[in-house]
Amino acid sequence: MATTLSQDEILRYSRHLILPDVGLAGQEKLKAASILLVGAGGLGSPLALYLAAAGVGHLGLVDFDVVDLTNLQRQILHGTKDVGRSKLASARERIADINPHVRVTTFETTLDSSNALDIIRGFDVVVDGTDNFPTRYLVNDACVLLGKPNVYGSIFRFEGQASVFATADGPCYRCLFPEPPPPGMVPSCAEGGVLGVLPGLVGTIQATEAIKLILGIGKTLVGRLLLIDALTAEFRTVKLRKNPACPACGTREITALIDYDQFCGITNASKETDFSLPEITPRELAERLEAGTVDLIDVREPHEWEIGRIPGARLIPLGTLAGALSSLDPAREIVVQCKSGVRSARAVRQLQAAGFRRVSNLAGGILRWSDDVDSSVPKY
Amino acid sequence: MPATLFLPAVLAKFADAKQLSSHGATVGEIVEDVVQRFPGLGARLRDDAGNPYPYVTFYLNDEDIRFQSGFATPVGDGDEVTVVPAIAGG
Repeated sequence: MATTLSQDEILRYSRHLILPDVGLAGQEKLKAASILLVGAGGLGSPLALYLAAAGVGHLGLVDFDVVDLTNLQRQILHGTKDVGRSKLASARERIADINPHVRVTTFETTLDSSNALDIIRGFDVVVDGTDNFPTRYLVNDACVLLGKPNVYGSIFRFEGQASVFATADGPCYRCLFPEPPPPGMVPSCAEGGVLGVLPGLVGTIQATEAIKLILGIGKTLVGRLLLIDALTAEFRTVKLRKNPACPACGTREITALIDYDQFCGITNASKETDFSLPEITPRELAERLEAGTVDLIDVREPHEWEIGRIPGARLIPLGTLAGALSSLDPAREIVVQCKSGVRSARAVRQLQAAGFRRVSNLAGGILRWSDDVDSSVPKY
Repeated sequence: MPATLFLPAVLAKFADAKQLSSHGATVGEIVEDVVQRFPGLGARLRDDAGNPYPYVTFYLNDEDIRFQSGFATPVGDGDEVTVVPAIAGG
């Protein structure tokens, strides 16, 4: 039978074709394969670039975001010229440049319970490059229900995790973490930071696993969790077992997708505005600082304080707040501030619980202060 | 038994170390020994009743303790206990 590869493709994939475990048959498998990338961000970037270059015939991408300047430190799929553009438009253009033989389908939407099965159904392999717990459980359950392998990767600061879930006999994400942490317990990369090359490391491992699954070669991470510490240059694997009591892949109690925000404890109140939390706008704060009627507490970390601060603020990192309570004057009005208002909301709660009555949160944090009051304070 | 507890970055800040020497006959005793020295870790490693959370997985060497005896899993001399919390960044 004649090959499905054109002469141009044969030349392009030359280094694969001479590789014993890939060869012509393997390259044809890659061309016939389809992979869905959930997320076109940190992990999705190296995934899209390498899977396109490798000649995967059909790539699907799900994302709803636009490219932000803060993405470019790690999201190498997008460039400076793309800031403000849709990530999917940028991704499509970049993939076409890398390999015009790849068909790209974009889903400019949030993956949710209403669309996940329909989107995932059309692909052979799913790669999870999302940045939140609800979507990770959603991707897992949809993959288990549809019998699609889920190539998992997750990152934080200098550390990463990778595995392959939801194969016929292998464990799933719920076997590893039956339930998510409560909201706010695990900081996001936007709050805690992430080394720019780390998603490169973890994403290329995910790309490697996806290719191995399609080619049927080697030993994949099914049944193993790879732990990566970029700071100590240590890679280790631990064993993952399929949990017979797992409601997704064990007992199969989960027969349809659920409300994953609810499962992860994310209520509308915590997602949008917490009305019971007293707030103050940057402009109001500026007036009161001017009048000297308010004490401003900055609960960020010292390395963030060095980037920029609001004049008159006092630095008390959130983790040390409990020990600093006695130094605060409960008779004075206190405003708490962080980068965007999330950590300071927790600090306001903590102060309220400690008996402080005149305490409020700076809405939007120092980022909004920079927008509304003083643009010389750098945003980060 | 002397064992080594490995903490990920997200927890290491509570102990100022990623690697801690610890003593105990079970994984639970290893955890309590460490929590005694670094109380900030307490609520991060186990719930109010002293049980592991579903989103923080403990490995004794490379085996998940949930598939052994949980915190009652016996620890041998020189064993390694690795704490793997759920992270979601992407």
